[in-house]
Amino acid sequence: MQNGLEHSTAMHELPVSQQPEVDYVRVRFAGDSGDGIQMTGTRLAESAARFGNDIATFPDFPADIRAPSGTIYGVSAYSLNIGHTEVDTFGDETDALVALNPAALRKYLEGVKQNGLLIIDMDAFTERSIAKAGFSGNPLEDGSLTSFRVLPLEITSNTEKALKETGLSAKDARRCKNMWTLGLVLWLFERSTADVEHWIEQKFHKKPEVAKANIMALQAGHLYGEVADLPPDVSRYRIQPAPLMEGEYRSINGNEGMAYGLYAGATLANLELFYGSYPITPASPLLHTVAKLKELGAISFQAEDEIAAICAAIGASYAGHLGVTGSSGPGIALKTEAIGLAIMTELPLVIVNVQRGGPSTGLPTKTEQSDLFQAIWGRNGDAPLPVIAPAHPGECFDMGVEAAKLATKHMTPLMVLTDGYIANASAPWKLPDFSDPAYEPFPVEQVKDPNGFLPYDHDPETMARPWAVPGTAELMHRIGGLEKQAGSGNISYDGENHQLMTQIRAQKLEAIAKSIPLQHVESGKTTGKLALLGWGSSWGPIRVAARRAELEGKSVSHIHLRHLWPLPPNLEELLSGFDRVIIPEMNNGQLATVLRSQMDVPVESVSCVKGRPFLVREIAKIIDDALGA
Amino acid sequence: MTDLKPKDFASSLDVRWCPGCGDYAVLKSLHKMLADTGAKLEDTLCVSGIGCSSRLPYYMATYGFHTIHGRAPAIASGAKLANPELDVWVFTGDGDGLSIGGNHLLHALRRNLDMQIVLFNNQIYGLTKGQYSPTSQKGVRTPSSPGGTVEMPLNPARFAIGAGSKFIARSIDTQAKVLGPILEAARAFDGTAFVEVLQNCVIFNDGVFDHLKDKKQGPDHTIVVEHGQPMVFGVNKDKGIRAKAGGFGLEVVSLDVGGSTEADLLVHDETNHALAVALAELGEKDGEPTVLGILFREPATEFGAASRVGLPEKPLSMNEKLTRLSATLRAAETWDVGEDAA
Ligand SMILES: Cc1ncc(C[n+]2csc(CCOP(=O)(O)OP(=O)(O)O)c2C)c(N)n1
Ligand code: SF4
Repeated sequence: MQNGLEHSTAMHELPVSQQPEVDYVRVRFAGDSGDGIQMTGTRLAESAARFGNDIATFPDFPADIRAPSGTIYGVSAYSLNIGHTEVDTFGDETDALVALNPAALRKYLEGVKQNGLLIIDMDAFTERSIAKAGFSGNPLEDGSLTSFRVLPLEITSNTEKALKETGLSAKDARRCKNMWTLGLVLWLFERSTADVEHWIEQKFHKKPEVAKANIMALQAGHLYGEVADLPPDVSRYRIQPAPLMEGEYRSINGNEGMAYGLYAGATLANLELFYGSYPITPASPLLHTVAKLKELGAISFQAEDEIAAICAAIGASYAGHLGVTGSSGPGIALKTEAIGLAIMTELPLVIVNVQRGGPSTGLPTKTEQSDLFQAIWGRNGDAPLPVIAPAHPGECFDMGVEAAKLATKHMTPLMVLTDGYIANASAPWKLPDFSDPAYEPFPVEQVKDPNGFLPYDHDPETMARPWAVPGTAELMHRIGGLEKQAGSGNISYDGENHQLMTQIRAQKLEAIAKSIPLQHVESGKTTGKLALLGWGSSWGPIRVAARRAELEGKSVSHIHLRHLWPLPPNLEELLSGFDRVIIPEMNNGQLATVLRSQMDVPVESVSCVKGRPFLVREIAKIIDDALGA
Repeated sequence: MTDLKPKDFASSLDVRWCPGCGDYAVLKSLHKMLADTGAKLEDTLCVSGIGCSSRLPYYMATYGFHTIHGRAPAIASGAKLANPELDVWVFTGDGDGLSIGGNHLLHALRRNLDMQIVLFNNQIYGLTKGQYSPTSQKGVRTPSSPGGTVEMPLNPARFAIGAGSKFIARSIDTQAKVLGPILEAARAFDGTAFVEVLQNCVIFNDGVFDHLKDKKQGPDHTIVVEHGQPMVFGVNKDKGIRAKAGGFGLEVVSLDVGGSTEADLLVHDETNHALAVALAELGEKDGEPTVLGILFREPATEFGAASRVGLPEKPLSMNEKLTRLSATLRAAETWDVGEDAA
């Protein structure tokens, strides 16, 4: 891809994960929302990444801010897949579940594989909390866990004991039980506690006593693994570093990647970034991240609602900045009328939709990719809008750059579709090197010369109109949402002219189709029996399942769309080289419907709208059903 | 200083308001004021929503953006934040600004970003052919209220005070002597200046403001307030406004009856918030004059300047930005994968 997509991620190079607990391990922390689960998970992810493993994470927190403690819906969890191969997904089955209370055990036991490891805080298994979780009896005693390896530990009291000397109150000491647990899990993975200690010191540098307590708890958990007589079937996991491409890495989630990428894109376009937004899950962190870029010149504006947010971004674009707005489904719905205005006024504008589940408020914290129709078609009038979508967190940065490039090159609003999974999941990311030709600047030329200036004069190649910014002498002109006369941009209700302008707006997308990369095959051959066609965050599970099947000698290829509208011009030809094309989507068949309207290739749809990404085994089943197991 | 004439601020498009529409007069005052104050065409940006009055930017030779219904304050805010050098004007109607765009207007006024919002109040929806608007008087019969409206009308100036506006003025479309200086003061104000213009719609609400405009009787129904001046009004300058004895609020008194003198009258203090509230509401009852002029003006923190605190002093070059971005990306924990690590 022109903008360096291939350069940014190491994942293309890695072997496929095959054997659970040898190639990769999936561990899930689960506890009460107040137990510090997300922080524990993030720390383990960070240290696994630093060790050199490939990782994929899946934070899963309750939608309620303060769900009552001990209840099922108050459970917060963090899943992490650690591998020395490419892991790509957050995994199907849990190898090890750390359950800090009965509700956590109850909620996530189902996903634990046979003979998987259960690390349980016995102290939390009081009669009351067991009943609250909806168990009829104590699962630790009634034999219901016999198909697992159970490691019941007194995590809470061990933590209290370890912190006795500190003089901390029992309540404060108990707060550190997540660190004790993390220490133990680090031991299980044969990792030292040094990185986490360093992090704790920095995080709590203003509260040295808190830092000390957390570190002591962490070390105590680690030591416990070392000295306690753990049952012989609890063996440590030995996951080697992954053969990642050489370079400097950090971990990044999709929202961060997108925010930084948009800033980089605006910069490479030689423009200032203006981000207008209104808080909404799961898009808010985009606003938080841009807000922190102020000293780099980025302007962020928290508007009174989504309509004002996009309108402010349009105003900023009109005044010469790169206007960007971000939201999630319901907020994007509100922005619709203004998107039409941006299409009519042909201003560059990037709209990021971090999709979540369902219509209306739907499933705010769950992931889905069901806003494709909304993105492509959800407006009044013939209102073409380019749509692109990154496949995983590590790609968001480059997609942010790509968005800025297409929007400015063609003078158009553009929508980027990510989703709750991509937004929150983190992965190792090879840091960009801006001297790389992939990040070649694409400075935008704003018109200065009044000679022959016509605001709606279109460049025949890009179909861009000239961008004349208020403040520029002698280029004064008026724009707006009413239909305009080609060239002059004056209001025109003339039928012939509207026909022409409708065509011009359509040709803009045709011009974009010419400038986007040709569709390539992600894995597998370019022709064959079966192509799995995906877009967005279904990338990971499709990739793993397809590559495993390929290793088994099956004719299956994975094709993944980043440019959803306009479609890559060679897509029809590419797809027609396969006997069957199946589209696994986290919606009720939207891409399949779009493709049926656009090309003469029969496509089949498989849908998963369960608020989580596809499981690898679900994709594997699609392949088996299509090709025979 | 440029030496542009008022006509230089007019675009080449034919003005398409109904003959006799009050909008013409406002446009004329605007052209004149901009010329008088040495405004530059290229630095002036007129943003509007949708409605008859929102067509105004097309009739300006400046930069103009005719946007969507109700959203002009938001678009103008983005433009002004991006380029603080621009002189930004918002033109809106009572429906555009207070109905569909009420939320944006509220927040624009609250933030106090340096721009001017001119609201044309004709107490009707003009463009959509005469339905009642949020400022329509109770009982008014329109196509959408054949039996007369039952809604309480909204008072725009009162709304602006409630929103925390720091500059509130009111004028009548055709009274250039009042409107001109108000527009000029609005332009000079460092913050959001809100100007309500009582505007006649000849087609759908003709004459609603006639009693205020009437050459003979008008002065009995209006008072033009001026900072530091006593509140005298009336055809014969024989009426005044004073604080209600023994309570809150204002009352109208006759200067010749009952021994009231000018000394008893209030002196306008445009920085007095409580007074501004009372002045905005005056005129709603019989016998009270509608207050024109600058009702309230109080310097306050300007949003644009405040929100730029923390930005680099000078715009950064592309290289500087990339360098700083690199550093920011690396401020997180990073690690190297080298040959031997593989
Ligand atoms: C989203 C949307 N809803 C409705 C309309 C129709 N509409 C256009 S102008 C208008 C009312 C205008 O009234 P006002 O703001 O008082 O302006 P006037 O025409 O009286 O100057 C309406 C309802 C529209 N253009 N867009
Ligand atoms: S309808 Fe009324 S407001 Fe609109 S242009 Fe005609 S007179 Fe003016």
